[in-house]
Amino acid sequence: MTASGTKAPATGTALEARGIVKRYGRQTALRGVDFNAGPGELLAVIGPNGAGKTTLLSILAGIVRADEGEVHLPRGEVGWVPQQAALYRRLTVEENLRLFARLEGHPDPEATVAEMLELTALADRRHDQVARLSGGNQQRINIAIGLLARPVVLLLDEPSVGLDPRQRARLWQFVRALAGGGTTVIFSTHNIQEAERYGERLLVIADGERLFDGSAAALRDAVSKEAPEAAGSDFETAFVAYLHHRGH
Amino acid sequence: MRWLLLKDLQILRRSPLQAVLLVLYPVLIAVLVGFAISRGPDKPRVAFVNEVPQDTPFRIGEEEFDVVGARSELCERIECVRVRNRAEAIEKVRDGDVLGALILPADLVDKLESLGGLTPEQPTVEVIVNEEDPVKQRLVDDRISTLLAEANLRLAREVSRVGSGYLDLILNGGEFNLLGASFDILGLTRSAQILEALRGHVPAGGQRDALDAVIRFAALARQNLDLANPLLTSIAEPIKVDKRVISGETPPLDIFAIAVAATVTLMFVTVLLVAGSLALEREENAFSRLTRGLVSRSALLVEKVALGIAVSLVVTLVMLAGLELFVSLDWGRIGLWLIAIVAGGGGFAAAGAALGAAAREVRAASLLAFMVSLPVAFLSLVPSGAVGPALFDVIRFITALFPFKPALDAMTAALDETGPSLAAALGHLAALAAAYGLAARLALRRFAD
Repeated sequence: MTASGTKAPATGTALEARGIVKRYGRQTALRGVDFNAGPGELLAVIGPNGAGKTTLLSILAGIVRADEGEVHLPRGEVGWVPQQAALYRRLTVEENLRLFARLEGHPDPEATVAEMLELTALADRRHDQVARLSGGNQQRINIAIGLLARPVVLLLDEPSVGLDPRQRARLWQFVRALAGGGTTVIFSTHNIQEAERYGERLLVIADGERLFDGSAAALRDAVSKEAPEAAGSDFETAFVAYLHHRGH
Repeated sequence: MRWLLLKDLQILRRSPLQAVLLVLYPVLIAVLVGFAISRGPDKPRVAFVNEVPQDTPFRIGEEEFDVVGARSELCERIECVRVRNRAEAIEKVRDGDVLGALILPADLVDKLESLGGLTPEQPTVEVIVNEEDPVKQRLVDDRISTLLAEANLRLAREVSRVGSGYLDLILNGGEFNLLGASFDILGLTRSAQILEALRGHVPAGGQRDALDAVIRFAALARQNLDLANPLLTSIAEPIKVDKRVISGETPPLDIFAIAVAATVTLMFVTVLLVAGSLALEREENAFSRLTRGLVSRSALLVEKVALGIAVSLVVTLVMLAGLELFVSLDWGRIGLWLIAIVAGGGGFAAAGAALGAAAREVRAASLLAFMVSLPVAFLSLVPSGAVGPALFDVIRFITALFPFKPALDAMTAALDETGPSLAAALGHLAALAAAYGLAARLALRRFAD
């Protein structure tokens, strides 16, 4: 990070997606989506419901196979954090972390557990069953498990859904710290204000098409050019006007 | 895989209701089966009125019947409730204290004895039943009818034996006692011999012709009365049962009951546990995370099957140990038990995995497991001959597709050497486990959708 709080320009590429196409029967969910992400970058994938955000992240995560296109990961693995916490609710925080550390093949699972407890600031809740944690704390453990593979790219599918404002603030503080440490974070969200605030770059998708790829400021510029009537509105209104102008 | 197994056991330990059910279920089944086996069916309570004067001897011909022994035998088959008179018996039947009443009238022995005499009278016993409950009435009718049929058979044999003695006397002669006086009976054989001897001294003509006619009649009567003996025997017991077992020896009923109980326990514990545990991976959203390179789908299935086998092995052994309180099991065959439990558990676990993968939700998986397992288990217990041949073929086909029948056969064979073929059952279970495993693996392809 620079002294002014903005990150230094990323060098190299952590993830590169080219011509991603996905079809479900007759319906095409993604129509040749291209983008790349640099190390330590925070990239927000936004778009209306059914735009193809989760499908794109699932393909990047390797859960869903693309019908066409390629994903390159020149620097290493992808970590995946699904929208719903993928945790065993009857196990404790510590047991969940230990299980996935063992499955990831960590040589010293106990050291990894301690590291993740410190990272999530949940060391004092280590013996609590996950079912007894708040949604925000469950999401922190969920992300921590996604980090166990030491990924260079972390994919978060709508990570703040169901969290209250205070929990969201803590979550984003945690995520920014990860990005600050060099992890590329790609997250999808419905919350446009959140994307504007935390996404260093926005990837706008609608009906499976990439409509925009750039910063929030660049998106505002695009809105003022294409839909000048919404140029002075808040970011969400401007975004909706932009989509409408593009026929979505 | 061992970490996943450990995780599932930890989850099981943290699910008190599930854990308690897993422990209580086999214990409950063991106790119920144990009581059922050790007590046997309840005897029907029948009021018993004996109006025959006490110590009345009972003879047919020269043979004295053991009246006390017969009464004891009767009261072993039914629960005899002693009452003073027929009025009290009727009251007990009406009040429902007893299912029925059996009244032996005072002249019963006299009439029975007359069967061996020259002026037989048919003896009668009185049976009183309350028909307000058709099931009970049928039970008492059947039980008392059976007892009386057996008594009739024994009496008929005795009467036949006495009758046969009279025939022998007529044929061959001998001493006959009547009202204290002894008579010497000549008999047809000796009569014929005397007539044959006299014939040479009778001049030819009218008297000899008449004598020849008498000699012919005596010969004819002797020949026909010779046939009467086997006829009398056949009247006493017209149909004789000649039982032949054509499909191998069958194990004792208590062993079969234990095998059924063990297999039912094995089925429910394994199918429900594996189906629920696999569906839980999806409900907890862990399936996608696990199968993103941490564990293959096939390895996850193998882990669930191993979980099912491990838990069912413990639970079934606990149940068998519980049954040891009631019946004596041959623990020397424990090696075969383990093989049968593991094979049966494997078959059920694979079926549970297929159901869990198809249902994808814990509740739906549990419901599906019950809906499939229970009817198939019942159908598997339908014996041949109980339904029509076409329907039985359908039942046999359906039950062959689910592991209950081969698991029951394997368990029965493991518990007792007279059971069905263990090797055939194990082969059947292996084929089903492979088929269900493949079905589960295919269902997992759309498990995370």
